[in-house]
Amino acid sequence: MINTIAYKLFYQLGQWVLWMRQVFSKPEKINVYWRETIRQMNDLGVGSLPVVFIISIFFGAVTTVQFYYQISGTFVPNYYIGYIVRDMTIIELAPTFTCMLLAGKVGSNIAAEIGGMRQKEIIDAMDVMGVNTAAFLVLPRLIAAVFMIPLLVILAAAISILGGYFASVWGNLFTVSEFIQGLHSFFIPYNVFIMLVKAFTFAFLLTTISAYQGYFVKSGSIELGKASTNAVVLSDVAILVADYIIALVMT
Amino acid sequence: MIKIKDIEKSFGEKVVLKGITSTFHRGKTNLIIGRSGAGKTVLLKILVGLFQPNKGEVWYDDQSFFQLSKKEARQLRMKIGMLFQGGALFDSWNVEENIRFPLDMYTEMSYTEKRERVKEVLKKVELTGVENKYPSELSGGMQKRVGIARAIVLNPQYLFCDEPNSGLDPKTAIVIDQLILDITQQYDITTVINTHDMNSVMEIGDNILLLKDGCVAWQGNKDEILTSEDPTIIEFIFASPFLKRLRKKALGL
Repeated sequence: MINTIAYKLFYQLGQWVLWMRQVFSKPEKINVYWRETIRQMNDLGVGSLPVVFIISIFFGAVTTVQFYYQISGTFVPNYYIGYIVRDMTIIELAPTFTCMLLAGKVGSNIAAEIGGMRQKEIIDAMDVMGVNTAAFLVLPRLIAAVFMIPLLVILAAAISILGGYFASVWGNLFTVSEFIQGLHSFFIPYNVFIMLVKAFTFAFLLTTISAYQGYFVKSGSIELGKASTNAVVLSDVAILVADYIIALVMT
Repeated sequence: MIKIKDIEKSFGEKVVLKGITSTFHRGKTNLIIGRSGAGKTVLLKILVGLFQPNKGEVWYDDQSFFQLSKKEARQLRMKIGMLFQGGALFDSWNVEENIRFPLDMYTEMSYTEKRERVKEVLKKVELTGVENKYPSELSGGMQKRVGIARAIVLNPQYLFCDEPNSGLDPKTAIVIDQLILDITQQYDITTVINTHDMNSVMEIGDNILLLKDGCVAWQGNKDEILTSEDPTIIEFIFASPFLKRLRKKALGL
């Protein structure tokens, strides 16, 4: 049993490494790849804006309300809430939760789209034409993701802090100046760097894992569903493991 | 001309092809027929390099396909066009983008020249004015024609069709057959078709290869089928009692 699981794991890992070599081989025609990258940036980045906006504003709002509940009536000053919301958002909530959310939205979409192409013989058609399908299908998505997802994460952080602001002001929990004082307190720019490293790493992981699941899908709608689910689950697990490693290494 | 020599292919324990040797002629429509599971699609996929055979050779004129360098194989692939069963068109691209894709990848043509070429091949497949439509907006027959247009846009020397008539009504199937025949003769290319459609066999079968249990069971042309006494081909082509009676009547038996 353990042997079989270990064999499967190493087989998949080996296949992934070999496939990544194919993905990073020289593109046949730069302008065709570039056109596809722009298209993916729009689908993946601009297309994810509404959901990132909604989730982030509530992250910030809920975090603020919860912390106010925790520290009200204690000796901890209220402005600490702004400080905690800011740092939690930058270090953890914005990169990790936004990318886990995008694993669900973008990752499952990538797996289903590429898997559908495999099942409808579109990948075979491109193989017959001599196109490096791994590179053509994955590289534009990967470039789009590692460029757009950090931008989405920055935006998510800003919106989340704004959500905290609205919750505190509109909820009459404490004053605006207390919240803003908190935002200005103990700021460490290095934390923003950690956030970007996380966003970049998670973008790479969720795109390649999802594309891999779709690229090697077997025939049938059940397999396509499995590939889509695996893309989300494995991307989320990989994001959490990477999150832990980055936290250990960088903090 | 394409020659295959002693092709063997198995998947795990299951042997699919057992030493297939044949020649597919230039300017002719070469048909691979056989029952489901006979190995037709596997043979076609070996011919275009999607599968690697366990044994055997595939020769494109004087080039051995599996011994070519990466660069040579890429150059050869530019001379290959293939029509897939479902059309294999990109859903998110319109007709023009689908047909233009091989031109984008392999030529240095200007955008205007590419558009002209797309219009030209669409006219060839009698489908003008659909450049901006998406595959989902087209009927099955139209999608096949777009697939053919994409397959011939680079002026291929070899054309492969995987079940070009599947899912089409008999009239549209005849149109597709006629189109493939016209293209084959007009451009003097080697066409290999994998089909189940007996109408196609009797209409455009210049060279027919019948596969049975992974072996070549019969080879000939459409005229030879009518007069053949070989029970394998007779049973396959004239499978229904109605067709059997019709054949006997035609031959005065």
